[in-house]
Amino acid sequence: MADAAIELIGINKSFGPVRANRDIHLEVAPGTIHGIIGENGAGKSTLMSILYGFYQADSGDILVRGKPVSIQTPNDAIATGIGMVHQHFMLVANFTVLENIILGAEGSALLTSSIGRARAELRRLEQDYGLEVDPDAVVEELPVGLQQRVEILKALYRGADILILDEPTGVLTPPEADHLFRILARLKDEGKTVILITHKLREIMAITDNVSVMRAGTMVATRKTSDTTVEELAELMVGRRVLLRVEKDAANPAASKLSVENLTVRDGRGVDMVKDVSFEVRAGEIVGIAGVAGNGQSELMETIAGLRRAVSGTVLLDNKPIDVTGTADPGELRDRGLAHVPEDRHHVGLVLAYEEQENAILGYHDQAQYLKGPFLDHAAIRRDAEEKIAKYDIRPGNPRLKTANFSGGNQQKIVLAREMEQDPGVLLVGQPTRGVDVGAIEFIHKRLIAMRDAGKAVLLVSVELDEIRALSDRILVMFDGRIVGERDGSASEGELGLLMAGVEGPEAAE
Amino acid sequence: MDFLPTIITVLDSTIRLSIPLLLACLAGLYSERSGIFDIGLEGKMLAGAFAAGSAAFVFGSAWIGLGMAILVAVALALVHGFASITHRGNQIVSGVAINFIAAGATIILGQAWFAQGGRTPQVSGPGRFNAVELPGAAALRDVPVLGTIYADLLSGHTILVYLAFLTVPVTWWVLYRTRFGLRLRAVGENPAAVDTAGISVPWLRYRAVICTGILSGAAGAYLALAMNAGFVKDMTAGRGYIALAALIFAKWRPVPAMFACLLFGFLDALSIRLQGTPLPLVGRVPVQFMQALPYILTVILLAGFIGKAIPPRAGGVPYVKER
Amino acid sequence: MSVPYAKLPRWVDYGLIPLINLVVAFAVAGLVVLLVGENPLSAAAIMIEGAFGRGQNIAYTLYYATSFIFTGLAVAVAFHGGLFNIGGEGQAYIGGLGVVLVVLNLDAVFPWYVNFPLAVVGAGLAGALWALIPAYLQAKRGSHIVITTIMFNFIAASLMVYLLVDVLKPLGQMAPQTRAFAEGGQLPKLNWIIELFGARIRSAPFNISFLLALAAAFGVWVLIWRTKLGYEIRTQGFSPKAARYAGIGEARIIIITMMISGALAGMMALNPVMGDQNRLQLDFVTGAGFVGIAVALMGRSHPAGIVPAAILFGVLYQGGAEIAFEMPAISRDMIVIIQGLVILFAGALEHMFRPPIQAFFASLGNPARSNGAAREGQA
Repeated sequence: MADAAIELIGINKSFGPVRANRDIHLEVAPGTIHGIIGENGAGKSTLMSILYGFYQADSGDILVRGKPVSIQTPNDAIATGIGMVHQHFMLVANFTVLENIILGAEGSALLTSSIGRARAELRRLEQDYGLEVDPDAVVEELPVGLQQRVEILKALYRGADILILDEPTGVLTPPEADHLFRILARLKDEGKTVILITHKLREIMAITDNVSVMRAGTMVATRKTSDTTVEELAELMVGRRVLLRVEKDAANPAASKLSVENLTVRDGRGVDMVKDVSFEVRAGEIVGIAGVAGNGQSELMETIAGLRRAVSGTVLLDNKPIDVTGTADPGELRDRGLAHVPEDRHHVGLVLAYEEQENAILGYHDQAQYLKGPFLDHAAIRRDAEEKIAKYDIRPGNPRLKTANFSGGNQQKIVLAREMEQDPGVLLVGQPTRGVDVGAIEFIHKRLIAMRDAGKAVLLVSVELDEIRALSDRILVMFDGRIVGERDGSASEGELGLLMAGVEGPEAAE
Repeated sequence: MDFLPTIITVLDSTIRLSIPLLLACLAGLYSERSGIFDIGLEGKMLAGAFAAGSAAFVFGSAWIGLGMAILVAVALALVHGFASITHRGNQIVSGVAINFIAAGATIILGQAWFAQGGRTPQVSGPGRFNAVELPGAAALRDVPVLGTIYADLLSGHTILVYLAFLTVPVTWWVLYRTRFGLRLRAVGENPAAVDTAGISVPWLRYRAVICTGILSGAAGAYLALAMNAGFVKDMTAGRGYIALAALIFAKWRPVPAMFACLLFGFLDALSIRLQGTPLPLVGRVPVQFMQALPYILTVILLAGFIGKAIPPRAGGVPYVKER
Repeated sequence: MSVPYAKLPRWVDYGLIPLINLVVAFAVAGLVVLLVGENPLSAAAIMIEGAFGRGQNIAYTLYYATSFIFTGLAVAVAFHGGLFNIGGEGQAYIGGLGVVLVVLNLDAVFPWYVNFPLAVVGAGLAGALWALIPAYLQAKRGSHIVITTIMFNFIAASLMVYLLVDVLKPLGQMAPQTRAFAEGGQLPKLNWIIELFGARIRSAPFNISFLLALAAAFGVWVLIWRTKLGYEIRTQGFSPKAARYAGIGEARIIIITMMISGALAGMMALNPVMGDQNRLQLDFVTGAGFVGIAVALMGRSHPAGIVPAAILFGVLYQGGAEIAFEMPAISRDMIVIIQGLVILFAGALEHMFRPPIQAFFASLGNPARSNGAAREGQA
């Protein structure tokens, strides 16, 4: 058998206390498409960044075509014939396709000859691989699918024969994704080796020859794609974890508190992130939105919270509309009883440079209880913070300590205490336990159930499927901006996993 | 009434007054296109002027003056680079600091070395850049219109004037026709793209600020050794900021930069020429209004009322390697 | 991957590091003194003697400091809102216009204690309005406030020259300045306070606007740390995203912050115009607006730091004048260098000495605990 195109031996990488990769072994056969699948945070991107010279492994060896190599910088990777298509494209937006392609591989100090050479080479690559793109088009004016093609061309132009694609279909429409797969198949036929990082099982089954599964920083299995099934991979991906159990009684949902109808949200690039979504959340229930990160959950949440504008659709809070396409403002929504625990507590939910007690009033700082005329009532703020610290067991219990000095779990408790203690009718919660220690997770989950039992409507977004299953009374699964299924809280992991991967549901039927 | 000589005179001084702006503006172009904002052009130009005046006096050579001006301005540019590239400091703060250091140091050193109240001694002869007569200028002077234009407007400037104008196509060529220029433009837009392409972002940016130093030094040398006969304190008089305004006005492109500088130079020349003279239709225009016009125009441009000046996307943001 | 800032004791963060930055700035300034052939230590001695040696000198030192407190506060308030107001110079200049509009009309009508509050309003309002346009353009049209405020400095300079030469100058006078103010436009001196301590002062412009400056410093402290508006300004300055989440209107905060900043810069005009020159002259601001940048950076944008920093620069201005007498090679422009060095080391290079200091503290035996905010496992 020929040498492996890539062989990784015992790769370890830690970021501070987090071990992103532990003792990874991986062998990629030449001329194949090798999928690497795993949940968000499983360590796939870190591993590939090590291979591309972005990070250095703490220990371990890399062999390319059987020879040990040292990859310290992207340059080393390029020199060994490794190319990478990043999840966020590394393109200069106002450059032409040609300029982007030659950047860093100009060949000579003057561009005139490089451009000419590149143009000819580009034509050849186009013909060989079916990668048509206008070399003189300005990149920012191209659709996302074509921009990605430029990224691929960039790698090929540099002579890459091993191509890494990091979540390449995340930004593509289904037809664009299909086209990409045809390109990848063509590349394989021409003898290139392709490593495809994804969390979408459907893609793995559709295109790869072999698949490796990562979970929590380790490589748990490698299979021939033809010998495995979606079910097996889904199980390998999620693993048999200690199930999170939260004591809870059956829900007693009452009247609708929050109702979303035909909501569509577009992001800054003009891509529809939320597509015609409708659902409702009733008093006394937790509705969980499951989905792999980047499928529109964040945008949905931000839009309901007034942080982002919708293109169309209506949202009713207590049967009264929120102006989601126009002037909705977080302050106004708070006054109407909508509280929001944002996903990004470091930049949105908290000001890390603030003292704990200053964060404890963020967004509620114009309430009379914290003010004396135009002045902040520090005594009242202090008292209020101390009460919350006691009630939520926030440690260290010092309201004057800088927020940056609290642990992730305690920071999250600061946010939760602030939002929950306002006694809101509706609570939006994004990734409540991301970066939170185990003890705090249990506490936070109990609090959320208590909110529900107190008759509040809770909308929960989380990429942790366990969490969604443990807490939710109803589960909505989002994929590619749409709600592709609704299940009750007892739905099985496998069932939800398939929906999340876009294997079942309306999307897959296309 | 003979209009031609008047027009020629105004245009002639337009050229003279535009040159320091042009050199400084092109200087700023290199730095800002690479993503390093530079409001320290004023200071580098001033320090360059002082170095030029001092060295030209000491060595009696304008060229040595120019060389020293470039050395000193590059040194200051490297300080700016050290703060904003290596230490990822605030680029605005760093630029302000350099302006003050230059403003103070030129006077202190000038006084200490020459004791003429912050001036450098007058230079003359080979210590200055003197007017260059273009071939045939004398012979063609009497040809109506075209001859006059050639002899009185195009001919008779210092070598630096011609070099400055030459810098415009050269800069254009460097920016759009060389590898360095391609990378420079890329790093100002998306340093991550440059980094993943295996190119060092800091080294690229350092080279850009060195170019800035060279040209702002030349701008200073022009002020001290061509426009004047020695250094006078604060002789830049805000030209570094006007150059910055011209750069914005030109949307960070070399050829429009030349026209912006000529426009601002023309306004300056006109305000000198028109002092107190009433204009048809509008009457007497206060000279101060003419002086403020470049700034007013720039503000209006920045407000997006006449086109939109979009700075290099990565400008002002230190590059932190992270995914 | 950059090392996250390990925790350092508070006194290191707010005391030692700024001090080191300052010492380095002065050491480099000392090198310049050496370069011109003088002894830096004796220069420092002359400067301190010149600033504090006699009552007269102290009065001058505090007179200069008054202006710098105003402009330092102006820069600091904007910093808190995440804005760099480099236009203090122009706002102060226009502030002078606000002063004379009041004084030229009322100085013969009312006594100073009636005119002073009106002039404060006039100066503040004029400065605020001059800051309003760049603020509005930043808030509504995204024009970079640093560039627009620089432009507005030059526009202010041209406007004031025009007004002084063509409008405000009395007929038959040569110098471009207004007429001298009558009694009602002149602020009482505070020199007697210094004389209480036994010093004698012939004449010095140290005047009552110093008290206004101290009041303004206190007011800024109250505003920033004790009011709801200040909370909103700081939130916007620290994290525009968090401000948006908290329902704080960005445009509103930018405009209000800049107007407060402009008003403070404008009030600087009271000190020289009503307190010293008793007329509006060309270029009366003489760089005080820019000194404010150094003062704010050195004082870490806190009034308790700004007042001493302003006094330090008062010392440099007054003491620098004395050095110029004793050491002809050194003129007062030495201060401008020091100002630049302070801005460089306390501003642009403020973190340069952090890593070595961190390493030093780590080596003291306390194994540096990793930053509280654990890295999120986004791999």
